[in-house]
Amino acid sequence: MPVNYYIFVAIALFCIGITGVLTRRNAIIIFMCIEIMLNAVNLLLVAFSKMHYASHLITPGAGGANGTDGQLFVFFIMVVAAAEVSVGLAIIVMLYRNTHSTDVNFLNRLKN
Amino acid sequence: MSNNLQLVWLVPLLPFLGFLITGLGRNSLSKGATGLVGCGSILLSFVISILLFLSVNAGHTGVVNGFDFISYDKVSIPFSFQVDQLSSLFLLIITGVGFLIHVYSTSYMHGEESPHYARYFSYLNLFVFSMLLLVLGSNYLVMFIGWEGVGLCSYLLIGFWFKNNAYNYAARKAFVMNRIGDLAFLIALFWIISKAGSLNYAAVFSHASAFTQKDLTIITLLLFVGATGKSAQIPLYTWLPDAMAGPTPVSALIHAATMVTAGIYMIARSNLLYTMAPATQWVIAITGLATVILAATIALKQNDIKKVLAYSTVSQLGYMFLALGAGAYTGAVFHVMTHAFFKALLFLGAGSVIHAMHNEQDIRFMGGLKKYMPVTHITFLLGCLAIAGIPPFSGFFSKDEILVGAYAFHPVLYYIGVAGAFMTAFYMFRLYATTFQGAFRGTHEQEHHLHESPAPITVPLIVLAILSTIAGFAGIPALFAEGAHALAHFLEPIFAPSERVHPAHELSHQTEWMLLAGSLVVAVAGAAIAYIRYSKTPDLKEAEGVGKVLENKWYVDELYDNTVVRPLNALGRFSNSVVERLGIDWIVNGVGKTVQYGSRQLRFLQSGQVGNYILLMVVGILLFFAIELFFKK
Repeated sequence: MPVNYYIFVAIALFCIGITGVLTRRNAIIIFMCIEIMLNAVNLLLVAFSKMHYASHLITPGAGGANGTDGQLFVFFIMVVAAAEVSVGLAIIVMLYRNTHSTDVNFLNRLKN
Repeated sequence: MSNNLQLVWLVPLLPFLGFLITGLGRNSLSKGATGLVGCGSILLSFVISILLFLSVNAGHTGVVNGFDFISYDKVSIPFSFQVDQLSSLFLLIITGVGFLIHVYSTSYMHGEESPHYARYFSYLNLFVFSMLLLVLGSNYLVMFIGWEGVGLCSYLLIGFWFKNNAYNYAARKAFVMNRIGDLAFLIALFWIISKAGSLNYAAVFSHASAFTQKDLTIITLLLFVGATGKSAQIPLYTWLPDAMAGPTPVSALIHAATMVTAGIYMIARSNLLYTMAPATQWVIAITGLATVILAATIALKQNDIKKVLAYSTVSQLGYMFLALGAGAYTGAVFHVMTHAFFKALLFLGAGSVIHAMHNEQDIRFMGGLKKYMPVTHITFLLGCLAIAGIPPFSGFFSKDEILVGAYAFHPVLYYIGVAGAFMTAFYMFRLYATTFQGAFRGTHEQEHHLHESPAPITVPLIVLAILSTIAGFAGIPALFAEGAHALAHFLEPIFAPSERVHPAHELSHQTEWMLLAGSLVVAVAGAAIAYIRYSKTPDLKEAEGVGKVLENKWYVDELYDNTVVRPLNALGRFSNSVVERLGIDWIVNGVGKTVQYGSRQLRFLQSGQVGNYILLMVVGILLFFAIELFFKK
């Protein structure tokens, strides 16, 4: 399967994520959209890693990678994302406790 | 005797103390105390000057060192005084005539309120102090301090009655005119330092032969420009007639004892430099002669008693410069001395007249005053005779010496100078006849109040009249008696270096007799014509034609006004209204407004909405992508 398909899917996911972040006001949905963007990147990393490995097999010596670097990165991202989710959700919980809403537009107390 | 030279410190110090006492105590001192301090300090100075003069006459000259004033790199300028023939002679003139003027002032200014009276005397003392500093300094810098000091004091005194704006303008004019000259003087000083490495007279003069001709000419010309400002020569003379705004004794002080003689003194002091720069000598001689003629023609038609005297001063100063240019340095100093006596006399006499006439200065409304003011009349007449150059009065000897010197330099100078002498005699006797002869033409009230002035006014007049009469005998020409020229003998050490460089032309006795007779005939003729013409029927009509041009001073003031003052004013207005308002203000305010406007606009970015920030972030990232993709090769 050509790498193009993966790229298109990743781009589509990333754009959905950005659009969601920009347009929605609910903090949880924004959070989900960020996750979507992260996963779009993950998808790309895996896809390029695989592609790279394949090209390495065709012309040996073109690169030193063995095709697992990108996939390793994905795991790191997943771990960091999990940690980030726990922190982010905690913030949202605190936000809800304080404002009885998860609307980010209420978060403009720093203005003025 | 040599201890006497240390006394020189007291000469300027006493007037300075007088200045401090009268100036600081002006609100508490009574008029009597002020007058006593003011006159006393000058009198003591005068006494010390006499002592100095005697010891100089006995051959004790020298430099009295004070302290190191400026010391930088290899240049060292001490604050020290030079006591020699030239400075001691000037000391006598300044303190002597200055003292008489102070005494005169105690009566003349008595109508002023006590604080102003004290202010007047403090200025007067400061004036004398500055002039003494100028004369005594043993280097050009100390001279420059005094030089600036007299400029300042003349400003203060001309504008003494500061409530009258016209007087303030006159004071300002004097100050600005002087500043123009001072600038040239200052440049000359720097030039001398850079070439000779010192400002001390002794060092500069011994270095004189090492100057290039170009440097000498530039230095002497710049110094001369300085002198034209201080000594009222073309083109900077216009301040002097306007200086009449000050009280009359101040005019006497400025015109006779101090200030205007500064330029003469400076050139006489630097005589060696000038003798070695013949081009400058010609410039000085021609400028001096042009000033003689210009001022004398103006004086012919003036109707203000003080204005006539003012222009006569300008004219006489022209003679002195003519002498300096012609290398007749002794003649110039001699004329300074005699002029100090008779011009102080004439001004103080004019002051006496003005006092009696209740501040009327127009001679067309005077006349016949000899009946009411006998002492003033006689002394004024003696002054007129002296300035007109009638023997045996002092002006005859000094003017004759100048004219002979001019003839030796170039005969044409003599002929023009004689024409000036004719005019001098004419306008002085026109003034005398119109003021003192004929019938009184003022109001009845004025006639009723006419009276002779009190003793503090008449005594200085009498002393000055005696001096004006006999001072000429200090310089009897060799023609009459060989070796009788006491002044030339006395001043010989000062002018000897010039004499060595450029020995004076010896004229044959026959020629000298001719010259003497020429100037004498002309002077007598001028005086006689004017006396006959004006003693019975004074000239009361409005002047027409050439006379009108002369009455309006050749329109020189208007010329300066149109060529310098107005363009400068216009430039000032232009700078104010266009450059300042539209240029600088616009830029400064524009910067402020732009920042304000920009920040007001930028504030909207900080909306506090998380969404906006993210949007901006995304836009920024897209921008980077775009740059990366399209613009980076």
